[in-house]
Amino acid sequence: MSTPQTKIRVLIAKPGLDGHDRGAKVVARALRDAGMEVIYTGLRQTPEMIAEAALQEDVDVVGLSILSGAHMALAPRVLELLEANGQEDVKVFLGGIIPDEDIPQLQKLGVSGIYGPGTSTLDIVKDIRKIVQ
Amino acid sequence: MSVQDLLAGNRLALARTLSEIENESPEGKRALNELFPHTGQARLIGVTGAPGTGKSTLVNHLAYLYRHPLQGHPPGDVEPQSVGIVAVDPSSPFSGGAVLGDRVRMRDLAGDAGVFVRSMASRGSLGGLARATWGLVQALDAAGYDIVIVETVGAGQAEVDIARLAHTTVVIEAPGLGDDIQAIKAGILEIADILVVNKADRPGAENTARALRGMLELAAPGKRFLQNHAQVMPLPLPPGILATEDNAWEAPIVQTIATTGTGIPLLAEEITRHQAYLQTSGDLIHKEKIRLKTEMDDLLERALVSRWRESITIETYQTMLDKLVERKISPQQAVQILIDGENL
Repeated sequence: MSTPQTKIRVLIAKPGLDGHDRGAKVVARALRDAGMEVIYTGLRQTPEMIAEAALQEDVDVVGLSILSGAHMALAPRVLELLEANGQEDVKVFLGGIIPDEDIPQLQKLGVSGIYGPGTSTLDIVKDIRKIVQ
Repeated sequence: MSVQDLLAGNRLALARTLSEIENESPEGKRALNELFPHTGQARLIGVTGAPGTGKSTLVNHLAYLYRHPLQGHPPGDVEPQSVGIVAVDPSSPFSGGAVLGDRVRMRDLAGDAGVFVRSMASRGSLGGLARATWGLVQALDAAGYDIVIVETVGAGQAEVDIARLAHTTVVIEAPGLGDDIQAIKAGILEIADILVVNKADRPGAENTARALRGMLELAAPGKRFLQNHAQVMPLPLPPGILATEDNAWEAPIVQTIATTGTGIPLLAEEITRHQAYLQTSGDLIHKEKIRLKTEMDDLLERALVSRWRESITIETYQTMLDKLVERKISPQQAVQILIDGENL
C-alpha cells in the first residue's frame, strides 16, 4: 500500500489582448476535475510571462487560449521561449478560434493539440494524459 | 540538473527540485538533505486570512516593494531584496485536482529575475499549508532568496500551521466578515504578529479595526493599564502568564488597500520592526526551535505511517474495513489489530 503523489501540472494562459476567458476557465475546471493541478495565469499575458511562469511552476503542459487571431505569432513565440529555457519537453496545447488552414503549420512547429469550439473537455483530458504519461 | 545547479542560481534546477520535493520523491528527499546546511538565511513571512480578503494582491505589492524599495521603506532595506513566493491553494477533496490562481494577482512581478513564484496545491492537508510547503521554503531559502513569503490557503478560523513556519505571520482581515464576537474567538487571530485590515476604503473598515484593537487589548497581558479616575494602575496578569512581558510584542493593526498599494510601506515597516524584535528578544531562536521540532515531528509521524503501510497488505486492510462496516468490531479494535499486526 502506498500513496503516489505525482500530479500532472498544467499552465493555462491567455496570451495577447482578447479578453474572452470563458473557454480557458472551462478547460481549467475540467482538468481540475480530472485530478490535475492547473495554474491559471489570467488575461493578457505576453509569451515571455507565460514561459517564465511555465518554468517557475515546472509544468508538464502549457495550454494557450487565443481568440484574437494572433495565434500564428503567439504560439510559435511561446514554443521558442520554452525551448530557450530548457523546457523543450513541455507540451503546448492550443484552444480558441484557429482556422483549419493554420493547423498543419502549427503542428509542424510543435503544437501538440489544437481544440476549437465544441471540443469535448474529456477529449482534452484524454489527450493530455496520453501525451504526458 | 543537480543541487549544485540550484545553489548556483539555475532557475530551472530550482523549479525541478521544487517538484521533486513536492512529490516527496527520493530525489526530493536527497535534495532537502543537501540543501539544509544552506538554509536559515531567508526572512520568512507568512500571509494568511479568509478567502477573498486580498492575500495574493497584498503579497504582490509587498514583494514589489521589496524589489523596488522606496525612500526609507522598508527601513534598512535600501537594496532590492530577492523574493521567493510560495502560494498555496486548495486541492479538490474529490478529484485531487486544483486550480491555482494566485499568480493572476501577481502580474507586477512578472519578468523580474529577482522573484520566483511557485503555486502549490494543498494535496489534502488541512492546516492551510501543504505537507511539502516547508520543504519548498527550505529550497528557496537555500537558493539565496532574501525573503520568502508563504501565502496560505484561504483560511477561516483554525488553519494556523503558518505560525509555526514563518518568522512573521501577517493575518489579513477585511471589513464586513464578522462582528466583535469573531474577534474574540480563538484561532487565527491569535497567531498574528501583524494584523492587516485590507480593503480599508470599504465601509466598516474602521469598525473592523476597532474590534480587532479591542481584542488585542484583552489579549496582551502586562502591557495595559486600567484608567480609573485619572489613576493609572496595571492590570493583574492572568495566571500562567510570565511576568516578564514588559517588552512583549503587541500586534499592530495596519490598514491597507491592496489593489492600489496604499498602506503597504507601513506594513513592510511593521514587518521589519517585528523581525528586529525577534532578534533582540531572543524569540527568533525560540521560533526556529519550534519550527524545526514541528517539522521533525511531522516527518516522524509520516515515516511511521508509511512504514506501517508497507507492513500491511491491502487485503488485510480491506478485510478489516469489511468487518468494521458489518459492525463486528469497533474502529478502536480495528486500529489495535492493524497496529499489532494480529492475524484475523
